[in-house]
Amino acid sequence: MSAAFLALAAILLLTVAGAFVRVLRGPSPADRMMGAQLVGTGGVAVTLLLAAATGETAAVDVALVLALLAAFATVAFVKSASMDGLGDPEEEEAEIGERSEAAGP
Amino acid sequence: MSALDLFSVVAVTIGVGFFVAGTVGLLRFPDLHTRLHALTKADNLGLGFVALGVMPQLGGVLPALKVLAVWALALLAAGTAAQLVARAALPRRRPRGER
Repeated sequence: MSAAFLALAAILLLTVAGAFVRVLRGPSPADRMMGAQLVGTGGVAVTLLLAAATGETAAVDVALVLALLAAFATVAFVKSASMDGLGDPEEEEAEIGERSEAAGP
Repeated sequence: MSALDLFSVVAVTIGVGFFVAGTVGLLRFPDLHTRLHALTKADNLGLGFVALGVMPQLGGVLPALKVLAVWALALLAAGTAAQLVARAALPRRRPRGER
């Protein structure tokens, strides 16, 4: 029973290794971040499988922390990679409006 | 092997299948926004199946509910992250009259 879980966890780890290929190749920083995000999700799944295989329920807490950190990592990346309001049509319109007013007569 | 064990193995196997599909999508899809689809949808569905399979194996209601909480957190995080990354990756529109 636990052998089956461990085998599935090993397959999952190979899948996570595939995500590192995307981290390596890029091409954009967002692609690399998505690879890291997959490592986060896959890591949570592997930790849950280890919890089921060993019967160690404390591993579920580890999975919870891992999910939390992966979420924070993505938000931190987006905040560092973009200016405030980037891509939000309403924010952009406001910004353009301010700029044309400043350049006005 | 009891019926519950069989259910666990089947659910986890389906989940791993979704993870494999997500990774293949992440590696093979042509641009960033399509890759984001593979990542945030397939992988979190896979995590859901893995969580579903793990839940009956922990021998208690509280650990099982905690696994459910892990999945709920991962879903919330993935939804938010998908919107943020997709928005940050949009090409910057130039203000009119500037060029």
